[in-house]
Amino acid sequence: MDIKWDIIGTEGFRFMGKMNASISHEVKNVLAIINENAGLLEDFTLMAEKGMAIDPERLNALAGKIQHQVQRADRIIKNMNTFAHSVDETKKKVDLSEILVFMAALSERLATMKGIALEVTPPSTPIAITTDPFLVENIIWRCLEFSMAVTGTGKTVVLTADKKDQGASIIFSQLKGLSDASSRPPFPEDVENELVKSLGAQIVVNEGAGEIVLGLPEGPN
Amino acid sequence: MRILLIDDEVELVSTLAERLSFRGIDADWVCSGKDALKKIETTSYDIAVVDIKMPKIGGLELRKMMAEKHPGMKFIFVTGHGSEEDFRAGSEAAGAEYYLVKPVDIEDLTEKLKQVLKR
Repeated sequence: MDIKWDIIGTEGFRFMGKMNASISHEVKNVLAIINENAGLLEDFTLMAEKGMAIDPERLNALAGKIQHQVQRADRIIKNMNTFAHSVDETKKKVDLSEILVFMAALSERLATMKGIALEVTPPSTPIAITTDPFLVENIIWRCLEFSMAVTGTGKTVVLTADKKDQGASIIFSQLKGLSDASSRPPFPEDVENELVKSLGAQIVVNEGAGEIVLGLPEGPN
Repeated sequence: MRILLIDDEVELVSTLAERLSFRGIDADWVCSGKDALKKIETTSYDIAVVDIKMPKIGGLELRKMMAEKHPGMKFIFVTGHGSEEDFRAGSEAAGAEYYLVKPVDIEDLTEKLKQVLKR
């Protein structure tokens, strides 16, 4: 099969850059909040030195806020680390449900910026497939990016995964604008088609049901 | 002077307002472009300190919308993105008086607010 790896490679860099930019922005926000809370503590200290009474409850609440932001940063960095390591192996046994939950978490801020909520309903049992984790994440992102474009502001994209006989499916649903072919961007295009070919996968756009189904094989071609 | 702080991170914007109050500057705050537009319907502000990256209505778009209703209003942009040089160029093009990169230095913000009002 003729796969255009140059298209996949360029898209991979774009995808990595997009996610890293989003992560760094969120970390900046966390640092800014910690900075303000630490600054407020400093302000209180200066006031105390001038003889003003400081409520210990207020200090306790501030410490709690800082701890909360540290936990938030920890979650963000863990996701960043998982994302970075997804390029380690090109063939790996993965749980598709875990990847779906991970991709929703990684994309959450980008969705929020568009005013869109992501709702993941993972299956109760793991869905094991052997695949290239980074390319799977990349094609999920491409489907998600398109889904967000056709669901509209203030809407929700629902993500689910199903086990199939020879693999698994990821369904992106509640895509209200999918049926309006004249106003929506074309999908799938070259990038998605090449990613799908490289993974031995397929994309089915079901306009009537307002959903995209990404079918993935149980193992590599 | 009347100042409106706009940032989608509630903990950031509320703490910033409190710290400014300790420095003799009273500021109102909101967490979205939509709420900012609602706020300026009833209150006239001298300066808006606006986060560039916010959900739904971003800072640059919000500046245009607010300036249409209050042409005299001044703007200070804040961002967590990019290099200072890139951001400065973008902010100047968008008509901001100043730009600040997160994490914001409170004394720097206080000074810039005073400078904008003196103009």
